Amino acid sequence: MTRVTMRINGETVTEDVEDRTLLVEFLRVRRRLTGTHVGCDTSQCGACVVHLDGVAVKSCALLAVQCEGRDVKTIEGLADGEDLHAMQKAFHESHALQCGFCTPGMIMSALDMVRRKGGDLDETTIRHELEGNICRCTGYENIVKAIRSGAQEMQR
Amino acid sequence: MNPFEYRRAESVQAAASLLSEVDDASLLAGGQTLVPTMKQGLFAPEMLIDLGGIAELRGIRAADDAILVGATCTHAQVATCEAIGERIPGLAQLAGQIGDAQVRNRGTIGGSIANNDPAADYPAACLGLGATIVTDRREIGADDYFRGLFETALEDGEIITGVRFMDCPQSSYMKFRNPASRFAIVGVFAAVKQGGVRIAVTGAGRDGVFRWRAAEEALDEDPRADALQGLSLPDEDMLDDMHAKSDYRAHLVKVMTIQAVKGALSA
Repeated sequence: MTRVTMRINGETVTEDVEDRTLLVEFLRVRRRLTGTHVGCDTSQCGACVVHLDGVAVKSCALLAVQCEGRDVKTIEGLADGEDLHAMQKAFHESHALQCGFCTPGMIMSALDMVRRKGGDLDETTIRHELEGNICRCTGYENIVKAIRSGAQEMQR
Repeated sequence: MNPFEYRRAESVQAAASLLSEVDDASLLAGGQTLVPTMKQGLFAPEMLIDLGGIAELRGIRAADDAILVGATCTHAQVATCEAIGERIPGLAQLAGQIGDAQVRNRGTIGGSIANNDPAADYPAACLGLGATIVTDRREIGADDYFRGLFETALEDGEIITGVRFMDCPQSSYMKFRNPASRFAIVGVFAAVKQGGVRIAVTGAGRDGVFRWRAAEEALDEDPRADALQGLSLPDEDMLDDMHAKSDYRAHLVKVMTIQAVKGALSA
């Protein structure tokens, strides 16, 4: 066991964890932040994407103990109370989900895309950048639309 | 995942001494291969020594005619480093094609070349550019470093601290990737230098990354992609698996080499 302290969605938390605990297990099981999903066992699906110090990472390929002293943001940390984040709103308005399982990872990845590439994203860039996130329902059309309009909205 | 003990090293020296004390310890850098491999139960060390907190392994240092990339620099850092983009464009291009965006945010150059996966990208850049692998004990030329599938010249307990690349403005990497895993089915790095052309191929070789010497010689005589037209690689030297047959890979190496050489010459 190792004692680990990190900030999660602005709150500092300290817990004793088994060393082999993945960040995603820590978030879901210990912190009950179940918006971050596990869709595969091979780090390919992207349903578990969270931000570590503002950068998108796959929380299934990271140990909780590696996050000592670091800042973690999950899908639960985006909305301001009842007021959804612009990217969440865009996913809602563009109907960018069907079952919704991939959505948290898609949104966290979309925000990382905006961080790196700016708010003026073209379709080709978005599709290319989404290579680490798999959706099995939508065929991606509305996800691409949502990211484009969400990114534009964030610039305002 | 099997249980293990996690330790955070504060310095390279501390990591080295931990490594020497524990029989079955492994170093952890970005963990983008190591953690998934441990989840699958394919690897179960007693201890993981995290290099992530060691300042001396981080950062990219540009000197007059070379760039030293710290062992724990991420692929995203290399892909977006301005000095690398200008002075060694093929290296930036390669780093930007590894895995996906999230993997590039965590995965490191040191981790990649310590593992030496036969389909990994970085071995092609190191070998193609004739890089120097810097460790806590010595410096190893890329030609001596890569020793076959998952095999390197690293000794027990030796730690990579960085990789030094000489400038090479005429360099390019072309990758034909597996659409599911994003590893290279064939990846070719071309470096056109005054001393001669170097062609390094990953993903295809039965013994891992290799230099295609016949192509290098042909290009030394005639530095145009057309010089490769008459060449071919023996099928039996190529990997043969569910992703691609050996004859397909042999053909693909030539196609990708032509593209990489064109890319390097127009860089």
